[in-house]
Amino acid sequence: MKYKATIAGTTFDVVNHALLVFVTLLTVYPLIHIAAASFSNGFRLMAHQGLIFWPQGFDLAAYRAVFRNRNIWTGYRNTLFMVGVGTALNVILTAMGAYVASRKNVFWQKPFMFMIIFTMFFQGGMIPLFLQVRALGLYNSLWSLILTFAISAFNLIIMRTYFQGIPDSLEESAKMDGANDFVVLFRIIMPVAKPVVATMVLFYGVSRWNGYFWAMVFIRNRALYPLALVLREILVMGTVSEMMGGSVTATDSEQIADSIKYATAMVATVPILCVYPFLQKYFVKGVMIGSLKG
Amino acid sequence: MADITTSVPAALTRSGRVRVNLRKDFIRNKYIYLMALPVVVFYVLFHYIPMYGAIISFKQFSPAQGIMGSPWVGFQHFTDFFQSFYFWRVLRNTVVISLSNLVWGFPAPIILALLLNEVRSSTFKRTVQSLTYIPYFISVVVIAGMIIDFTQTRGVINDVVASFGGQRVNMLQRPGHFVPLYVISEIWQQVGWGTIIYLAALTSIDPGLYEAATIDGANRVHKLWHITLPSIAPTIIILLILRMGNLMTVGYEKIILLYNPGIYETADVISTFVYRRGLIDLAWSYSTAVGLFNSVANFTFLLTANWISTRMKQTSLF
Repeated sequence: MKYKATIAGTTFDVVNHALLVFVTLLTVYPLIHIAAASFSNGFRLMAHQGLIFWPQGFDLAAYRAVFRNRNIWTGYRNTLFMVGVGTALNVILTAMGAYVASRKNVFWQKPFMFMIIFTMFFQGGMIPLFLQVRALGLYNSLWSLILTFAISAFNLIIMRTYFQGIPDSLEESAKMDGANDFVVLFRIIMPVAKPVVATMVLFYGVSRWNGYFWAMVFIRNRALYPLALVLREILVMGTVSEMMGGSVTATDSEQIADSIKYATAMVATVPILCVYPFLQKYFVKGVMIGSLKG
Repeated sequence: MADITTSVPAALTRSGRVRVNLRKDFIRNKYIYLMALPVVVFYVLFHYIPMYGAIISFKQFSPAQGIMGSPWVGFQHFTDFFQSFYFWRVLRNTVVISLSNLVWGFPAPIILALLLNEVRSSTFKRTVQSLTYIPYFISVVVIAGMIIDFTQTRGVINDVVASFGGQRVNMLQRPGHFVPLYVISEIWQQVGWGTIIYLAALTSIDPGLYEAATIDGANRVHKLWHITLPSIAPTIIILLILRMGNLMTVGYEKIILLYNPGIYETADVISTFVYRRGLIDLAWSYSTAVGLFNSVANFTFLLTANWISTRMKQTSLF
């Protein structure tokens, strides 16, 4: 598309770019604030008023306090376990469900799909789910989170749509060679469906990494708290000094309380932001498939 | 259902055929069945048994007696809820928050996508996109922590307000501030992500249309109004209908982190009420009844929305 350079056109371009820069700054500012404040000196940060774009008196004290906190480490360990095992299970089960749902010659295909889609429209609710998890003996175990959210119907539909677009000839030639459906799915289909698998890893992984609500409901034992619950205590309930107890003295902790909060937020967010650029090229496609069918 | 009795002989022969077909299907697709098994087990355990468990909303559930053994109370919990002071409050808050979020949050990504669409430098466009997607991936806990910190009396938002001569207030203690805070933070988190689908719709517009319009002397506003918007209108309408289907759903995860008894008046929604009554006060049957009311309302909205959107898809595509 070529535009003639007119005065009106140029003005429009300038205004449009300025607007977009402004929107982007508004979006990014809170993140800059968190990053800058986390590296700031506690006293200077408390004294400072207004926007912050760079650290106020560069200081790593907050990070030292965060990394000395045992709860952060156990939280990290629990979250990594949950994200690792959970996401792997998510992708495998979702792929299996999507594969079954994308077959054309299976007798139960329609009721199977109905069983899945119906859960998008109607749920038993929070309490019955809680009681069921407790009845299964999963209460107060990380497996409650891993198993209860093993499949998301929405993601399964995205994957099914992708699988349906893969030519049958691939599968047929593998079947000729005597491959069963498991081999077809995991050796033939999955490698071809890399973009959708990457999207699934991102969607499931991020929601597992970030989710706090069901962890709060299902997990009592503090040693099993995932990172999100530790974060909740520090960031939302503001129990910084108690959490940091032992690692810093009372007065110190009060002074760096704010920067500790920000450093904690950073420690929890940076890993996701590191993975995100690598998966970005895939998930746009995933979102599109999802919204077309959803 | 009615013709089962009238067509017994036909049904019999058909069921015979079905049995043979089933066997064949089972033999041919035995690995498919094996693959479906864990998926079915998952749905039964974590979706359908809880659905059955929702009948405790018609009982006085006690864990000792179990779901079956607990005595029936009929619609007792429902009438208790409908007659309580909370009913109107949580219903109103749910609808108000949801509608405000729709009115302000729905157009935002459309506008951003249209602005982005006018950008010719692909580097600039990509940079804006990548940066505005980021908030979508940030944990709700971090976002809530940020909101709490930014809106407190000595927080950064109040610093800015004060520098313009405004009064410092602890915004999360003010009932009147909750809905705007919720909606703004939602827009902040979702707007970039929301553009993806519109940008995809925008790229599928035939460039020839724009060229023809240019020859006819149309300027960019004309083109926006007469080509771009009508082209993405179907996408907009479908997404709008689907959003309407979720009218009774409000993200309780963020609200639970942000609200406090001082602002329940505007911040307490159905799902947060269910959570407090059920999992904190342990009024299991009562809160299941409230949750079931919400599920049924949701279901009705979603079905209606889905029905409308299927009809729309047919009429707008063919």
